[in-house]
Amino acid sequence: MGLPSLTLLGQSLLSGLFIGALYGLLGLGLSLSWGMLRQINLAHFALAFLGAYLTYQLAGAGMDPLATLAVVVPFFFALGVLMHWLLARFSVSAFNSLLVSFGFTAIIEALIQWIWTADFRRMESAYGEVKFRVGALYVALPELLTLAMALALSLLVWAWLRHTYTGKAMRAIAEDAPIAAAFGVDVRGLSLLLSGLSAAFAGVAGLCLALSYTLAPGQIYAWLGVVFAAVMLGGLGNPLGPLVAGIVIGVSEALTMALTAPAWAPLVSFSLLIVVLLARPGRI
Amino acid sequence: MPAANQSVRAVLGALLALALAAQSALAAPSGPPVRIGSTLALTGPLAATGLVHKIVGEIYVEELNRKNGLLGRPVEWVLKDDQSRPDLARTLYEQLITVDKVDLIMGPYATANILSAMGVAQRYNKVLIHHTFGTPSLAKYDMQFPAGGLAGDPDNTIPRLVFDALAASAKPPKSVAVVTSKFPSVHFISLGAREAAKKRGLREVAFLEWDFGNRDFGPIAARLKDAKPDFVWVGGLGLEGNLLIDAMRKIDYMPPLHFHLFPAPGPLLKAAGGENALAATTFEEHAPFTDNPVAVEFIRLYHERGAKAGLPDTSVENQSAISYSSWQTLEAAVSGAGSLDDKAIAQWLKKNPVDAIVGRLRWDGPFNYIYGTDLYKVKQNQKGKWVIVWPKEFAAPGARLITP
Repeated sequence: MGLPSLTLLGQSLLSGLFIGALYGLLGLGLSLSWGMLRQINLAHFALAFLGAYLTYQLAGAGMDPLATLAVVVPFFFALGVLMHWLLARFSVSAFNSLLVSFGFTAIIEALIQWIWTADFRRMESAYGEVKFRVGALYVALPELLTLAMALALSLLVWAWLRHTYTGKAMRAIAEDAPIAAAFGVDVRGLSLLLSGLSAAFAGVAGLCLALSYTLAPGQIYAWLGVVFAAVMLGGLGNPLGPLVAGIVIGVSEALTMALTAPAWAPLVSFSLLIVVLLARPGRI
Repeated sequence: MPAANQSVRAVLGALLALALAAQSALAAPSGPPVRIGSTLALTGPLAATGLVHKIVGEIYVEELNRKNGLLGRPVEWVLKDDQSRPDLARTLYEQLITVDKVDLIMGPYATANILSAMGVAQRYNKVLIHHTFGTPSLAKYDMQFPAGGLAGDPDNTIPRLVFDALAASAKPPKSVAVVTSKFPSVHFISLGAREAAKKRGLREVAFLEWDFGNRDFGPIAARLKDAKPDFVWVGGLGLEGNLLIDAMRKIDYMPPLHFHLFPAPGPLLKAAGGENALAATTFEEHAPFTDNPVAVEFIRLYHERGAKAGLPDTSVENQSAISYSSWQTLEAAVSGAGSLDDKAIAQWLKKNPVDAIVGRLRWDGPFNYIYGTDLYKVKQNQKGKWVIVWPKEFAAPGARLITP
C-alpha cells in the first residue's frame, strides 16, 4: 500500500471523531452512575437501544426524530429514577448492581424483541440524506448531531457539577455520602435525580443510534467493551472524561483502520486501556 | 345379463369401497407423533434469521400433518431456543436426545451452532440434516447432510460463480477490492475470491479485513474510495454490508459494482445505496423457481405467516428456501427409508438425491458434500427487488446483470 492520501486521513479522522462522540455519549450516563452513585449499570446499554427503538417507532408514526426526545427523555428519566429506587430499596452493593443491571438488560432485550421482533429495523429520516462538504471531506448530518449532542450534554453536566449548588452537593455525595447528608445534602433525592439523568442520557444516545445504525436487539452487547473502555479511560464520574476518551479511542481506531489492517483496530483501544490502567491504577 | 350386471356392480362397489378406505387413510395421520427436535436462535444476535427458520419449520410441520405426516404418523416439532450460543445448542441437543427422547433431530441455524449439534449427533449416532453450515471442511461426521446447496469447496465455487457472471456482463471489471469480515465462514470464501480474481488477471487494488462486530466502516469506505476499484467483493455477514454502504454514501462514494456474500437480504434490498448490489442465493420468487407448484404454495404460506410474525420483509429468499429444502430432505429420507432409524435414513440419503425447491440436492461426495459445483446463483437488487441474473438459465425473465 502506498502513502495514504490526506483525504483518506482526514476522512478517517472525522469518522473517528464522530464515533468517538457516540462512545462518549453512551458512556456519559454510565460514568456518572458508576462514579457518583457506585452503580455499574449494564442496563444503560439496553436503555440506549430501547431509546433507539422508541425513536424508530415514533418517527415511523410521523414524528420528527429530534422531536421524539420530548417523549423519550422524560420517560427515560422516570425509568432511571425507578431503577435507582429499586437498587437503593434493596441496598444493592456496587458489585451486585452489575449483576442486577445485567438482569435488567436481559429483561429489556426480551421486551424489545417481543415488541419489535429480532429482525433488523432501520429508521429512515431526512437527516440521513444530508451531508456537508468541507473541501474534499464529507460530514454527514446524523454524525454531526451526535457530536453536537455529546458535546452539549457533557459540557452542561460538567458546568452543572462545577458551578451549581446541586452539582456541588452531588460531588459531595460521590466523595462521602454520609458526611454530605450530615451537612444537609438530600442524598436520596439527588441520587434519584442523577440516576434519572443518566437514563435520560441513554435515551438521547438511543436517538443517535437510531439516526445512524440499523437496529437489532442483539446489538446491545456490541458496544459494551469499547464504551466501558472509554468510561474507565476518561475517569469515573468525570462528565467530560468519556467524551475525550471516546474520541481518543475512536480516532486511534480509525487511523489504525486507515493506515494498517482494519482488524487491528480493537487492539488499539484495549491496549490504550491497559497502558493507562497500568500507569494510573487509581483511576477506578 | 342380469348376472353380468350384478358382477359389474359388485366390482364397482368394491372399487369404491377401496377408494374410500384409501382416502380416509390419507385424511389424517394417526398414532403416536414422530418427534423431531431442534434448536434455533430465537433470541440473541442471530435471532433475526432464526425467526425465518422457525416460521418455515412451522409451515412445513403443519403441511405435513395436513397430509399424511411421516410414515402415517403426525409430526411434532420440539423446538428449543439456543439463544444464538453454540454452548447452549450443544446442551439442548443432548437434552433433546436423552431427556426429550426425540425420534429425529434437525440442525440449528448458523455454522457454530450446527458444529455443536453435529458433535452431539455423532455421539448418539443421530442423522443430522442442516442448512447453514458455512465451513464444510469442518464437517467430518459421516451422518451429517447439508441441505443448503453449498458445495464442499465454496471458496472455489462461489467466487467462480460471481466472476463468471461479471465476465459475461456488458462491462466486466478490470480491478477488484476484496473487503471481508474475519468471521470464519465468510473469511475463507473471501480468500478464495482473492485467488479467483488473481487467476483471472484482475488487479487487486485493496484487501481489507475487519473483526466481526466492527462498528466504524468510515475508514474502510475512505480506503475503497481512494483505491477506486471497478468491483468490490464484500465478505460481509448480516448487516456488515449495509454498514459499509452507509459509510460509503456518507463520503459520496459507491463502487460501480459490489457483491455481498451473506447479507441480511431485507435490509440490503431496502438500503439507500443498495441498488444494483449483487449477492448469492439459491432461490428467488420468480421463474423458473415458481414453475414448481410446491414452491408457489410455500411462497403463499410464508407471506402469510411472515406478515403475521411482523417480518419487515416476507419474500422467500435464500434462508427461507434452504430451510424448507432441509425439511423436504428429511421428509424424503424418512419416506424413502421407510423408517425412523437414523442409519437407514443416512444410507438412503447417500444413495438418493432429493429434488427440493432450491434444486437437486445430493450427498454422494466426500463427507456428503459435492465439490466443484453448487446450487448457488447470483442475484441483483433491481428496482427494490432481488432478481437472479446468473446463470442465465435461472435468471428472472428478461433480467440481466446491470453494470454502470
